[in-house]
Amino acid sequence: MSAEPSGTLLVDYDEATRRYDPVIGIEVHVELGTATKMFDGAPQEFGGEPNSATTPVSLGLPGSLPVVNEKAVESAILIGLALNCEIAELCRFARKNYFYPDVPKNYQISQYDEPIAHDGWLDVELEDGTVVRVEIERAHMEEDAGKNTHVGGATGRIHGAEYSLVDYNRAGVPLVEIVTRPITGVGDRAPEVARAYVQTLRDLFRALGVSEARMERGNVRADVNVSLRPTPDSPLGTRTETKNVNSFRSVERAVRYEVSRQAAVLDAGASVVQETRHWHEDTGVTTAGRVKSDAEDYRYFPEPDLVPLVPSRDWVEALRARLPEMPAARRRRLQDEWGYADAEMRDVVNAGAVELIEATVAAGASPAAARKWWMGELARTANADGVALEELTVTPGQIAELQGLVDSGRLNDKLARQVLAGVLAGEGSPEQVVAARGLEVVSDDGALIAAVDDALAAQPDAAEKIRGGNLGPVGAIIGAVMKATRGQADAARVRELVLERIKA
Amino acid sequence: MSTISREEVARLAGLARIDLTDAELTRLATELDVIVEAVATVSRVATDDVPATSHPLPLVNVLRPDVVVQPLAADQALAAAPSAEDGRFAVPQILGEDA
Repeated sequence: MSAEPSGTLLVDYDEATRRYDPVIGIEVHVELGTATKMFDGAPQEFGGEPNSATTPVSLGLPGSLPVVNEKAVESAILIGLALNCEIAELCRFARKNYFYPDVPKNYQISQYDEPIAHDGWLDVELEDGTVVRVEIERAHMEEDAGKNTHVGGATGRIHGAEYSLVDYNRAGVPLVEIVTRPITGVGDRAPEVARAYVQTLRDLFRALGVSEARMERGNVRADVNVSLRPTPDSPLGTRTETKNVNSFRSVERAVRYEVSRQAAVLDAGASVVQETRHWHEDTGVTTAGRVKSDAEDYRYFPEPDLVPLVPSRDWVEALRARLPEMPAARRRRLQDEWGYADAEMRDVVNAGAVELIEATVAAGASPAAARKWWMGELARTANADGVALEELTVTPGQIAELQGLVDSGRLNDKLARQVLAGVLAGEGSPEQVVAARGLEVVSDDGALIAAVDDALAAQPDAAEKIRGGNLGPVGAIIGAVMKATRGQADAARVRELVLERIKA
Repeated sequence: MSTISREEVARLAGLARIDLTDAELTRLATELDVIVEAVATVSRVATDDVPATSHPLPLVNVLRPDVVVQPLAADQALAAAPSAEDGRFAVPQILGEDA
């Protein structure tokens, strides 16, 4: 056992999972990428001036009335279908009543006992290829809250804040909340499953085109429920809910932390408190929030300002026909087309390089060459710079162009890497870097022959040996020529020329 | 026999942030009792083949296209705010709640 800063006892993770069976449940909120909000025509923009994207509806002004965004409903149905859910024949919106300044109406319009989609599943593939089926309890529509900024107080945290400032641009942005059933039977892999599940959902949202699903912008937010029980046959233990875990890595860490913390609580003979907990990205710990409210405390009731929603079966089927290829099926198809081994494909997926390689291949490179660049030189660069592959300032088109220069013999591997460095440094396209830096392979035999003759003349001993049939020193001559041409010669051609000129 | 206690009214009033006097708690408990009894009568009449009604209008699927309307200017949005700062609504200190 070890104690972390606040004095919380933790049990070593492996030890904890040897003695307890973790059960997790995940709620994911995704902001839909509609042009307007859920219940009014205010534009949905990221990063605008504060309070510049509101209407009387999104401010909750008296007398304003909500009207449902048809595209948001379509997106919710698409998500439901992609999660193999049943789409409700009739569903309603409900008021969830609570007082918090980021909710201007003093209630959030959500759905309660009649969600638009329910009873589905999603297959989640772990890094080693294991597939875990996650059961989906429901997916429902609701609206996002505004954003609070706490002012004053030493730490910027709520306690000690003198007042808060509220921006309602995000208030009313359409959300779909997806709730899993308890995920059991995954044992010590619970953190990995939690992470893979959220990652799979993110890929799904993008494939469906319902959201940009950018984690760093909070488009996708996860609440992570964790409980422990002595054995897989025991009833479910008391759970905690860690709110707003907003990166894949944090989802994994938060589950691990809660498993270690709860194991220590149970080991001490105490009970886990059912509560909301806060995730602290910087320190990697959770801390207690408020004790979980009873569902009745929200005093849900059917939203009187909205009529029921009855998605016609024709509409649902038309949307089903529009479902794109799902990410997992797409990965299998691409692996097939590209001829990658399982391990190679897994590395590509884990590196987030599928789209990049697909685009590079589409731009004319071979799958093998595309993989070599993105998983080799570019992965190293991204890693060294601490950025994602897709954030590198090079496009798949440029990589295909670079490979084209190699394939046509105008660049060798070494020169190609120098050209790539130029492209990454913002010097333009590969062609432009080649021209500006003069990096092309010297294919002019005249110039090469002169360099070879010079090298042979400079190393008469080596030349004599080669003439005598000893090919050992050929490498030294080639090296001298490469040096003289600043690496811009084609080594194979130089070799041919050395053997030719030696007889001259 | 009252089914709604004064304590329950007090709890609901707390959740709804309504300040009630003792006299009001007693009076509302009695009035809510009458309402609950009336609803119970309806429940006894409504059989399984009567669908739940959440809205008086016999309408479904009232939707709008995803088309942007002119939003309020920030100063219009803030015009009725008791207090504002940096283009935002300024609200009292929040204690004992989540971020």
